[in-house]
Amino acid sequence: MLFRFILSRLGSAAILAVGIILVSFVLTALLPGDAATSRLGERAAGNPEIVAAVRARYGLDQPLYVQFFIYLGNLLRGDLGTSIRTQKPVLSDLAQFGPASAELAIVATIVAVIVGVGLGIVASLRANGLVDQALRVVSLGGVSIPIFWLALIAVYVFSTLNRVFPSSGRLNPGQTPPSQVTGMYTLDSLLAGDLTLFASAISHLILPALVLSAPMIGLLLRFTRSSMLEVLGNEYVRAAEAKGLPRHTVILRHVLRGALVPVITVLGTAFASLLAGTVLVEQIFGWPGIGAYAFRSASNLDLPAIVGVTLFVAIVYITVNLIVDFLYGIIDPRIRRA
Amino acid sequence: MTSPAADPALAPDGIPIRRSRWFPARQRLPAAWRRPLAVVGIVIILTWTILAILAPWVAPHDPLAQNFGRYLAPSADHPFGTDVVGRDILSRVIYGARVSLPLAVLLVTLSVLVGATVGAIAGYVGGVVDAALMRIVDLFFAFPAIILAMAVAASLGPSLTNAVLAIVVVSWPAYARVTRSLVLSLRETNYLAASRLLGDSSGKALVKEVMPNVAGPVLVLASLELGNAVLLLSGLSFLGLGAVPPSAEWGSMVSSGAAVFYNYWVALFPGLAIFSVVLGFNFLGDAMRDALDPRSARSVATSEL
Repeated sequence: MLFRFILSRLGSAAILAVGIILVSFVLTALLPGDAATSRLGERAAGNPEIVAAVRARYGLDQPLYVQFFIYLGNLLRGDLGTSIRTQKPVLSDLAQFGPASAELAIVATIVAVIVGVGLGIVASLRANGLVDQALRVVSLGGVSIPIFWLALIAVYVFSTLNRVFPSSGRLNPGQTPPSQVTGMYTLDSLLAGDLTLFASAISHLILPALVLSAPMIGLLLRFTRSSMLEVLGNEYVRAAEAKGLPRHTVILRHVLRGALVPVITVLGTAFASLLAGTVLVEQIFGWPGIGAYAFRSASNLDLPAIVGVTLFVAIVYITVNLIVDFLYGIIDPRIRRA
Repeated sequence: MTSPAADPALAPDGIPIRRSRWFPARQRLPAAWRRPLAVVGIVIILTWTILAILAPWVAPHDPLAQNFGRYLAPSADHPFGTDVVGRDILSRVIYGARVSLPLAVLLVTLSVLVGATVGAIAGYVGGVVDAALMRIVDLFFAFPAIILAMAVAASLGPSLTNAVLAIVVVSWPAYARVTRSLVLSLRETNYLAASRLLGDSSGKALVKEVMPNVAGPVLVLASLELGNAVLLLSGLSFLGLGAVPPSAEWGSMVSSGAAVFYNYWVALFPGLAIFSVVLGFNFLGDAMRDALDPRSARSVATSEL
């Protein structure tokens, strides 16, 4: 049963991935500008021989459906084209900037899950009381605040006025990054056993991660609250209470287990809000990640890079949701039959 | 009014919904008024709407006139200070409402039109059409909104119109999903059958049962998305992919203050404007969602049978 469930989810994810590649292919084909010259620098685009070579390599002289399969083949070989701006393969750019974003997103997610789920539980236990109302404002505030503005305020308060955290970058100026294992400086510095470097990496990471977690906290808080209330209204909870079980036992043993399972599903959605946030937050904190790369590519009309980033992030998003699906199916066997 | 003894239906969070036999849908709306946050939301939105309409009379100065000193700190003359070329920030913030509010309404309307149409077709027709349309919707969901919007806005060129188009491209699928699931869930409930048994024509059932139940939640989602629309639009402008500099748009105003942290007022006040508008929409949307929750509406319907 579980095997078939995983197989069917994998299948639909694969179909989705092909669809995304198709869309990004169409996007490349439809967008203004010659696909061949846009892959080249200005000088190379002036040379008809090079242009012809590129046309042949990417099959641009072939009919559109053939082009798609060539495009697909190139993708499978990891060829996402060459960035016009950096003059490097898009894939190596992604490999360079990806870990920085991943580090940021992971820490933000951990913060958001702890704070958001925790506060959501508190709100549900005090439903409609003053605490609940206050937390409702917190939750709505979290999803309403323009994250780029929050980032600016955070920098102003914690870096300009009080020098609590550094305002930009991943390490202090002059520090050399740890030897690359994961590309995440906090992990790599620990692996290298360099605690000063670790402290520096953490202090650079905290502020952008906190800012980034704000909308996710809002989402998780509200979802946890409503999920808890739904379970609290169940007959079996009333039965447990009627049996005379103490309230905390009822909450911990019977309610939390049922209530937190659906929260997993919202993590996929919340992760999307996180990705959106990285573009703006990385921009402000000078964080050299995928978001900042996407922005610089977009503002330079660096088409191969934009399509590469879009594709990459979409695939990451599908993968995350696939994992969420699996987790949910493993925890709640009823889902597998659906 | 029904007395409490006569079955006061409870919303999921225990707030009683007053119902009337005569106006079942309409009676649920005033519940929003009993919620303080909803009232705050309405006051915020009304204030900004009035400010937007009356901007030429309310704003103390011309939003584009570069008549004053650069980066003047907030004072009695300029409560929000002045910006890099000596424009009055208060006036620009007030005029900014004329950009963000109508565009948010416009782009949500466009998204609802596209999304609800696709969703309704998928839900009604079902089968292969449904499957195909929903896979397309899934596809758009998998693209991260702001990055897709960035790609579209960047390739079309930076302008507010293109930013609106870009956001419509990324936001219609949500309405398609909701409309479809609502149409499907209505087909499965038995109060539609009950209404038919009571002798209602299918047209009457459509108006009386399907329309209010589909329109309500879709409108709630739309009202929630108004806040998100303002956020996305100002976000794109902040990145320089929306409003072009001289115009008074909140996102690009925040952006112009980003490089000059020490002159905090340049970015603070336009950002506060965005925050308050989005918060207003979300306060209102939150209360409407509770009051019109399709699930509570459904449980009310089944308890009546």
